[in-house]
Amino acid sequence: MLTKRVIACLDVRDGRVVKGVQFVDIVDAGDPAELAHRHAAAGADEIVLLDITATHEGRGTLLDTVKRAAARLFVPFTVGGGIRSAEDAAAVFDAGADKVSINSSAIARPELIGEIGGSFGAQAVIVAIDARRGDRGAEDAEVFVSGGRKATGLRVVDWAREAEERGAGEILLTSMDTDGMRSGFDCELTAMVSSAVQIPVIASGGAGTAGHFVDVFGRGKADAALAASIFHFGVTDSRELKAELQRAGVAVRLPC
Amino acid sequence: MIAVIDYKAGNLTSVVKALNFLGAQTLVTQDPEVVRVAPKVVLPGVGHFQATSLLGELGLTEAVRKSVAKGAWFLGICVGLQWLFEGSTEAPGVAGLGHFAGRCERFPALFGGAELKSPHVGWNSLEGVRADSRLLRGVKDGGFVYYTHSWRAPVVEATAAVTEYGGAFTAVVERENVMGVQFHPEKSSAVGLQVLRNFVEL
Repeated sequence: MLTKRVIACLDVRDGRVVKGVQFVDIVDAGDPAELAHRHAAAGADEIVLLDITATHEGRGTLLDTVKRAAARLFVPFTVGGGIRSAEDAAAVFDAGADKVSINSSAIARPELIGEIGGSFGAQAVIVAIDARRGDRGAEDAEVFVSGGRKATGLRVVDWAREAEERGAGEILLTSMDTDGMRSGFDCELTAMVSSAVQIPVIASGGAGTAGHFVDVFGRGKADAALAASIFHFGVTDSRELKAELQRAGVAVRLPC
Repeated sequence: MIAVIDYKAGNLTSVVKALNFLGAQTLVTQDPEVVRVAPKVVLPGVGHFQATSLLGELGLTEAVRKSVAKGAWFLGICVGLQWLFEGSTEAPGVAGLGHFAGRCERFPALFGGAELKSPHVGWNSLEGVRADSRLLRGVKDGGFVYYTHSWRAPVVEATAAVTEYGGAFTAVVERENVMGVQFHPEKSSAVGLQVLRNFVEL
């Protein structure tokens, strides 16, 4: 049976893993390569590394960090941040990534999705969407770019559909409203996007307890869920989390 | 030495890295002569079946045919497994090796009255693992492996394990020296490394 994926995310700034609340208030959580290996050993189904400051500072992804993290990592490894061209993507793949996550650059030039997919396959392209809805309904959630700094005026569902049409392999949907709050995923928004596209949707933002994952895999119709801070500070690890999910009736990769 | 065929389809880095991690020497090549004499050949592959047309153009299809005829061990991964069959509806004009009968088809949009998401992405289990499979030595039913694909190979006599998603498809195919896996062993943690180790140690 196809299982629900638990993905550990490393937000990297200046070569260190950091964690913010609602995209600001950064605290240091350690070395990316070391944490990537630790998460994989602890049972994470995938590792995502996001260079969170790459776009607005206008510099490339930290290839050395990627290379170090990719060494001896035998689970899928996604890298995002600062990937603006098929060439940037190729360098990241060369460094050992299996997938790239593109966000601001895909909004700026949607053709990029197809260009990377054309060379490396659709499965290698994740379109990341940062969504904010505030007090509005999920259907009015808006896409933000540049690390949540700029509004685009695009509706999340419309952009998710376009990304799929242009050849995205997966959608990584982050709720800016719940990010870092540990109060649960935005299940309503996730379910809406998941129902609107055929490709897998990874839910992100708000993981705090195992129950939040149960909700987002059930009510939220997510195919995968991503979390950072709950793992970094030893609140729980993927194996413990997955054991709890299994007890709640969610199909997960165990033993792992 | 393992010849890893580079046909410009996606990314070889992970496969080579995993084989090297297991102690195998690898040579990434497009040279039919190298493939013809190599004792072991790996055809990785992610992406579109169309990419395999380059194998014919470069003379690699013939080289593989000769190499396996004289007993070299062959492992196709993902599209590399699909290429062992007659072809795929993904690129109807491109012939596969035809070593195994049947064609690869897309996952159905509907299965059992429910919508089926495609691509099939994530960790799914191996079932019906054949006890005599050399590639799957030490791998049990229920072992999880990582998939990412939209087309799949039919279940045939040489199928050594299946996975269920919109019905059963060939997860592993194996007949004598010719083997293929639809999943990505280089990304399948301990189970995947076991499969690659089995191949390295043949």
